[in-house]
Amino acid sequence: MSASPPRPSRSGPSSALAVSPTEIAEARARLPEAFRAPLLRRLVRLGGWLAFAGLFAWCLYDFDASPERLWNGLLRLGKVLSFMFPPHIWTSWKEISEILTGLAQTLSMAFLGSLLGALIAFPLSFLGARNINRIPFLRFGVRRGFDIIRAFETLILALIFIRAFGLGPLAGVLAIAVGEIGVLAKLYAEAIENTSKKPVEGVVASGGSPLQSIRFGILPQVLPVLLSITLYNFESNVRSGTILGIVGAGGIGFLLSDRIGAYRWDEAWSIIFLIIAMVYVIDALSDYIRTRFIGHYDGTR
Amino acid sequence: MTLVPPSVLAFERDFAAQRRRSRLTFLLVTAIFVTLFLITASFSDFFKVSQITLSDGSRAERWVLLAGLPRLGEYLWKTIPALSLDSLGADLANWFWRWKVWLWLLLETILIAFMATVLGCVGGFLLSFLAARNLTPGPLTLWISRRTLEIARTVPELVFALIFVFCFGAGPLAGVLAVALHTVGALGKLYSEVNENVDMRPLEGVKASGGTWFDQIRYGAVPQIMPNIISYTLLRFEINVRSSSIIGYVGAGGLGQEFRTALSYQEYTDLSALFVIILVTVTVIDWVSEKIRHHIIGLERTA
Repeated sequence: MSASPPRPSRSGPSSALAVSPTEIAEARARLPEAFRAPLLRRLVRLGGWLAFAGLFAWCLYDFDASPERLWNGLLRLGKVLSFMFPPHIWTSWKEISEILTGLAQTLSMAFLGSLLGALIAFPLSFLGARNINRIPFLRFGVRRGFDIIRAFETLILALIFIRAFGLGPLAGVLAIAVGEIGVLAKLYAEAIENTSKKPVEGVVASGGSPLQSIRFGILPQVLPVLLSITLYNFESNVRSGTILGIVGAGGIGFLLSDRIGAYRWDEAWSIIFLIIAMVYVIDALSDYIRTRFIGHYDGTR
Repeated sequence: MTLVPPSVLAFERDFAAQRRRSRLTFLLVTAIFVTLFLITASFSDFFKVSQITLSDGSRAERWVLLAGLPRLGEYLWKTIPALSLDSLGADLANWFWRWKVWLWLLLETILIAFMATVLGCVGGFLLSFLAARNLTPGPLTLWISRRTLEIARTVPELVFALIFVFCFGAGPLAGVLAVALHTVGALGKLYSEVNENVDMRPLEGVKASGGTWFDQIRYGAVPQIMPNIISYTLLRFEINVRSSSIIGYVGAGGLGQEFRTALSYQEYTDLSALFVIILVTVTVIDWVSEKIRHHIIGLERTA
């Protein structure tokens, strides 16, 4: 901190020092907390930091993170990274089509999974919304059901579906779809709960049935939000679709883990570049769709 | 013939036009979706036909979804352990027969998540000031830090784990680094959004009394963003526990490796036991972190 410019103090002529020691002492007497926390709080804080540092150090020891091992790992990582340049470019049509099919499979898995998940989650979400389903224990049960579905990782679901439907993208589609039911149904239900009651009352007052009150009172309010939520989840499913291939559920991840397993790092880096590029393009596209057709909606998770 | 006022006629005309337009849009959107559905279905084997063995021993062609469903039911049925009331203790012991190994690996999983969250939090915190439009030292720094965060966030932790297992050897260290790198990207973005919403007046105050850029961040911005940072970090810790429980599948430590062994040895009930362990852990962490978050928010309100 550089010295602050002199300012006229309250005690007569302006001195070069803006704050006199007496003023500091006065302030210290008036606001002791601003200068120093009480002893007990300081001890608790110190203890907390020590415990934290101790745990961290023990983890380093337990995980065998010796400087030597880290250094050797970084050297190997540098070697692996050096395969990035020059980037590997596939020349034969057979290889190119293999990679493109992988990318298309990943996108297809994300799209189909999100679509199926959304179609099933949509009716279910009304059962979980407080302003539609007025039976508390039923609503509570449905909500816990969503939570249980969400507890399954997409990857674990994929492993289960691979057992039943064989290796390939179909297991990935179903894994994304089932996982998506849990997430979307919860978010949809919250969106439905956030709607205004007035249009519903209007529909009921002019003689509409309960179904009509949902169709003309709630749906117009909630549809843009639902579409926006679904788009966001589609984006994140494109990201998670890339890893489903690693356990054998089709898509680009399978090719990537295959190349890494065979130590063909140059090709692996090119595939990672393509994944990043694909995610970028999908994000840009869905951003465009959102701003153009849906309007602004901020965030889901 | 009753006389209809012209305003009503105009309304009817406009209403009909509106209806036509919305019907057209609906048809168009439906057509697009059906086309996309058919394309993606063909890529993801949705209509594949597979062979099944019927009960009388003959083979038949069935749509793969229908063929797989009974297998799926069978599989899930096998994962449910045999629990009876009169020998519940023994059955539970039988179900969690590897509990010593699992408990140890669960601890490892949580520690991987802890380390990764700490490292990711520090990295994301440092980068988030460079990646916030209002606090960044310069446009080049902004661009570089933002692209770094984006790439770290886009590549899934499992891919990082594959790479790091090769570099650092199998074990939890590779998992920590993989999850940490992904966490830097995720948290850095969230933090930088928090930073972009700070009140700039305290920073101006620090600047006016002669503070450097560093002083402005330290005394002007950090006190404002701290509560948000803590709650985002706690949320992320929970997500990282989930990812750490998976990451062992490619050999990066934690419970994931047990999933792999259980699958390959066909130990069906182990799968449900592992699932129960992770579910309970995540629920407990969720509950505790919510308590802490409410406590912090409460502190902010009284402060």
